[in-house]
Amino acid sequence: QVEQVKLLDRFSTSHKSLTGTLYLTATHLLFIDSSQRETWILHHHIAAVEKLPLTTSGCPLVIQCKNFRIVHFVVPRERDCHDIYNSLLQLSRTAKYEELYAFSYNPKQNKSEQVKGWQLIDLAEEYKRMGVPNANWQLSDANRDYKICETYPRELYVPRTASKPIIVGSSKFRSKGRFPVLSYYHKNKEAAICRCSQPLSGFSARCLEDEHMLQAISKANPSNRYMYVMDTRPKLNAMANRAAGKGYENEDNYSNIRFQFVGIENIHVMRSSLQKLLEVSGMKGLSVNDFLSGLENSGWLRHIKAVLDAAVFLVKAIAVESASVLVHCSDGWDRTSQVCSLGALLLDSYYRTIKGFMVLIEKDWISFGHKFSDRCCQLDGDPKEISPVFTQFLESVWNLTEQFPQAFEYNEAFLLQIHEHVHSCQFGNFLGNCQKEREELKLKEKTYSLWPFLLDEQKKYRNPLYNPDFSPELTLLEPNTISFNFKFWRNMYHQFDRSMHPRQSVFNLIMNMSEQNKQLEEDIKELEAKIKRRNGQSDAVLVKEHQQSAHPAPMALKTPPRFKKEQPLIPVNDAVRTIEGSNTADNRYSEFVAEFSKAEPAVVSLEYGVARMTC
Amino acid sequence: MPQPAFRFIAQGCPPAVGRPRVVPAPPSRPPRPCRGCLLFPQRVLAAGASPGPFPLLASMEFAELIKTPRADNVVLHRPFYLAVEGTLCLTGHHLIFSSRRQDNAEELWLLHSNIDSIEKRFVGSLGTIIIKCKDLRIIQLDIPGMEECLNIASSIEALSTLDSVTLMYPFFYRPMFEIVEDGWRSFLPDQEFELLSSVTNEWRLSCINKEFSVCPSYPPVVVVPKSIDDEALRKVAMFRHGSRFPVLSYYHKKNGMVMMRSSQPLTGTNGRRCKEDEKLINATLRPGKRGYIIDTRSLNVAQQARAKGGGFEQEAHYPQWRRIHKCIERFNILQESLIKLVEACNDQSHNMDRWLSKLEASNWLTHIKEILTAACLAAQCIDREGASVLVHGTEGTDSTLQAGHPFQQRCAQSAYSNSKQKWEAPVFLLFLDCVWQILRQFPCSFEFNEQFLIMLFEHAYASQFGTFLGNNENERSKLKLPQKTMSLWSWVNRSEELSKFQNPLFEANSLVIWPSVAPQSLQLWEGVFLRWNRPSKFLDEAHEEMINIIKYNKELQAKVNALRRQLAEMETDDRMQENL
Repeated sequence: QVEQVKLLDRFSTSHKSLTGTLYLTATHLLFIDSSQRETWILHHHIAAVEKLPLTTSGCPLVIQCKNFRIVHFVVPRERDCHDIYNSLLQLSRTAKYEELYAFSYNPKQNKSEQVKGWQLIDLAEEYKRMGVPNANWQLSDANRDYKICETYPRELYVPRTASKPIIVGSSKFRSKGRFPVLSYYHKNKEAAICRCSQPLSGFSARCLEDEHMLQAISKANPSNRYMYVMDTRPKLNAMANRAAGKGYENEDNYSNIRFQFVGIENIHVMRSSLQKLLEVSGMKGLSVNDFLSGLENSGWLRHIKAVLDAAVFLVKAIAVESASVLVHCSDGWDRTSQVCSLGALLLDSYYRTIKGFMVLIEKDWISFGHKFSDRCCQLDGDPKEISPVFTQFLESVWNLTEQFPQAFEYNEAFLLQIHEHVHSCQFGNFLGNCQKEREELKLKEKTYSLWPFLLDEQKKYRNPLYNPDFSPELTLLEPNTISFNFKFWRNMYHQFDRSMHPRQSVFNLIMNMSEQNKQLEEDIKELEAKIKRRNGQSDAVLVKEHQQSAHPAPMALKTPPRFKKEQPLIPVNDAVRTIEGSNTADNRYSEFVAEFSKAEPAVVSLEYGVARMTC
Repeated sequence: MPQPAFRFIAQGCPPAVGRPRVVPAPPSRPPRPCRGCLLFPQRVLAAGASPGPFPLLASMEFAELIKTPRADNVVLHRPFYLAVEGTLCLTGHHLIFSSRRQDNAEELWLLHSNIDSIEKRFVGSLGTIIIKCKDLRIIQLDIPGMEECLNIASSIEALSTLDSVTLMYPFFYRPMFEIVEDGWRSFLPDQEFELLSSVTNEWRLSCINKEFSVCPSYPPVVVVPKSIDDEALRKVAMFRHGSRFPVLSYYHKKNGMVMMRSSQPLTGTNGRRCKEDEKLINATLRPGKRGYIIDTRSLNVAQQARAKGGGFEQEAHYPQWRRIHKCIERFNILQESLIKLVEACNDQSHNMDRWLSKLEASNWLTHIKEILTAACLAAQCIDREGASVLVHGTEGTDSTLQAGHPFQQRCAQSAYSNSKQKWEAPVFLLFLDCVWQILRQFPCSFEFNEQFLIMLFEHAYASQFGTFLGNNENERSKLKLPQKTMSLWSWVNRSEELSKFQNPLFEANSLVIWPSVAPQSLQLWEGVFLRWNRPSKFLDEAHEEMINIIKYNKELQAKVNALRRQLAEMETDDRMQENL
């Protein structure tokens, strides 16, 4: 605990600050300012801590978080600052999974609730919903013991004609054994999205089993015998991989395939792109042109567009040509996950519901071994493995919600909350890099699943404009990917910089109003029932009733009762303090709701935004 | 003048309609107001029905300009629509295209004055005219026959560049709607001054400019400090560029501070001064308080202006005032900015890098930020510092309007116009864009909606109403606009039109609002700049749904209250019976 610590306004040019006390707990860093406002920061959220050179007012300490919060403290005594710095460094770097918050987090659920929570998302059920197994696709037990591929789930769906030797042979010809398997099956078109890793083709190697595998996939589609093979990498990268004995499919060796590069950059490019983006958006006194050129130079929106363009290509192949598509990148767990999941989301409206989106993440990201632990740096590891691949996926979805405001059951807060928990390590879902690792960690026994918690508070995540019948004849979304449709996601990268947000949120208002409408409908029913009852009541009953209840009768005679102008609103705002441990500061959306509701800010910071007076 | 913004008629609220419903979307944006006058494809129910009030096909003045009044088998191309075949007619003020299809007749009425430029192309005998409109729309007409095409093109060119203001459509337009209130008399200075005198007696109306004799570009009646007589005003006028002496622009009730506007002082190189000028603006200060002069030019430009006889207020002569330079670009720079921005928005082939760099190169958002910043600064001086503010640039006609716009007022002031020069300096559009930015940040604090701003934008450039004609009151009165044309406000101030422009989320509050001008908080105004470049069906439907939720909410609340009352009355009755 350190007192008299100053929390600086990140963008203030005149060093506006709040003074308060800083506490370190086992899991959180807590700052309580003089007006008792609390700022909670989970240690796992801390991406970097930096000590700046000593100033007259004390020792500055800058903490960058994975949820893009940046806090700037000034600690009066250098010694304290040094201590905090060291403690934070230790606390934010975890060496073992078992030390992560999820293993100590206790939401007061009993055992059966915990088990039920983990059963909420059932992928076998999901494949059934898609229509597999069926005449052409079956469940394979080849990987039941993770013998063929450690990073795949146990249950895999493959073409019926793909025999075990073909599977085994194909897996040996694919990087990390990640052979082609089903990711999404389109019932109406009978076409499939399949995923795998790059082939170990080098300059000339080929593998008959792998060729058979692809043939089996194309044959499993009675509507179109041609299939697409989408390599989501830039061509140059794929060619460079050939030198390392990897590479891409040679169209001549595979029958009936159409090969296509779609050019999404690798994890290292994405990491540095985000870095640049954050550098620009974090600048004080940023000019419009610096912002726009910084945005351009970061390449971030270009990458988002590339991801969505790839998904659109995939969707066209399926929806227009009824062709199956095999998607891969290098290892088939980053770009492949992005493209497969976005493709499915565009094709199938189920994934645009709250539950469906959870299923989609469980399927294409968690079960197929997107390396959440490495990419989000859950454990202290190789910084070169960190990459915002999943963030890009969420951002692509957000862009779609902007273009199709009625097509999604969930809202922006839902996406932000998932992003928050991918990094929080508070729930077991995203821990580890693959299913095998998760089983070894016994996550289902030792930790809790995030999804039931999100479902419990789904009121917060509902899009009030959602129309389930949106584009009824086809559930297909056809986004427009012209550059000007992609916008900087302010609410993600500046979610904690409230001075930049609209002061009144239409969305929250509509959300509350929509909730209130439901309540009012109930009220009307109730009132109508009461009136009806009253009309039918005999006087005798009435008298009796009144003897019991109504005492202040005389006053009612003269003045008609006063009506409250408004029925108390459903307290959506303060009703939700569900996830324990994540205090106000963590669940900033509820904070927003309160803050954004119609009240005008009485005192607003004039520092930023409003011009500085210079004479 | 402290104008109470735009007056919405009290009973103009739209009646609540039933549960949210999905309404089939109009072809693109919500239907445009006023039939035939605007630029929107009109769906006319009965094929061939005349859409209403129209001037004679070609008044004598235009007959000779229209070489080919009509062409058949013309094909109209618009982005996001299928091409339509139909007949093209030219009248004195309109280009009319009507499709012949029985089932789905469609008419497009385009004011010639809305046409910004036209291009011709020929492939064989098929001519193509590309029409670029001032509202940024681009349409293409394929016209069979080279001669017809050439004739039509040259007629359009001639008709869209008429020299004389009095030949403009507003002088011919005869409204078919019932006039509730004459818009020309909606915002009279005397009335507005009455409001002002109810809160302060420090100001007076001066008729010094009655015959536009003192300042040709000012209105005949202005508000000035009470302690300054007309004689002094005359002297001050001599000291200000174009005689635009400091007058009241806005009065802040909360603290009695004011915003004034003027043009630059004519100090010249030898530092001329004018005691009356100093006295005038000092009269607005409280004892011991300082005021701020916001010069919308950079210090450099202001200094250079001295060589031409202009200049700025010297500290020595205005010791109670601090001068702040907030550079706001003008004229051709803004014009170029707009041209670049529109170019960038119209090219769909740009990759991300190119789009962002074009957007940056246009500088449009930079100008928005500059103007908002200057305006916030002025508002900050008045509200937070409790200081009066004088805003001027060189002539005090362009940026002054914007910077001078107090956020508390939040409403479009009666606009002034540069008429045909308008296009050459999109100051008014910039102003509207700034308002839109603030509207986005404070969606509940505006009585009007985005459609209102877009409507103003359209009418400022091409309109059947006289409101935006002429450059100043003087010109407007010479043109006899109130007698000879209809005011836009007459049309807007009717409940059926007003309802389209009302913001259902509006909740009146008198607090000052402080927008963020961080680049991350500013956005491209898609409703104007991308309006014709992307399908807006989904966004429009979502907006409709939002409005339905709000309406439904009001309806439910009313119903609950009614039921409660009914129940309570029953209870009261029961009790009375009981007591009997």
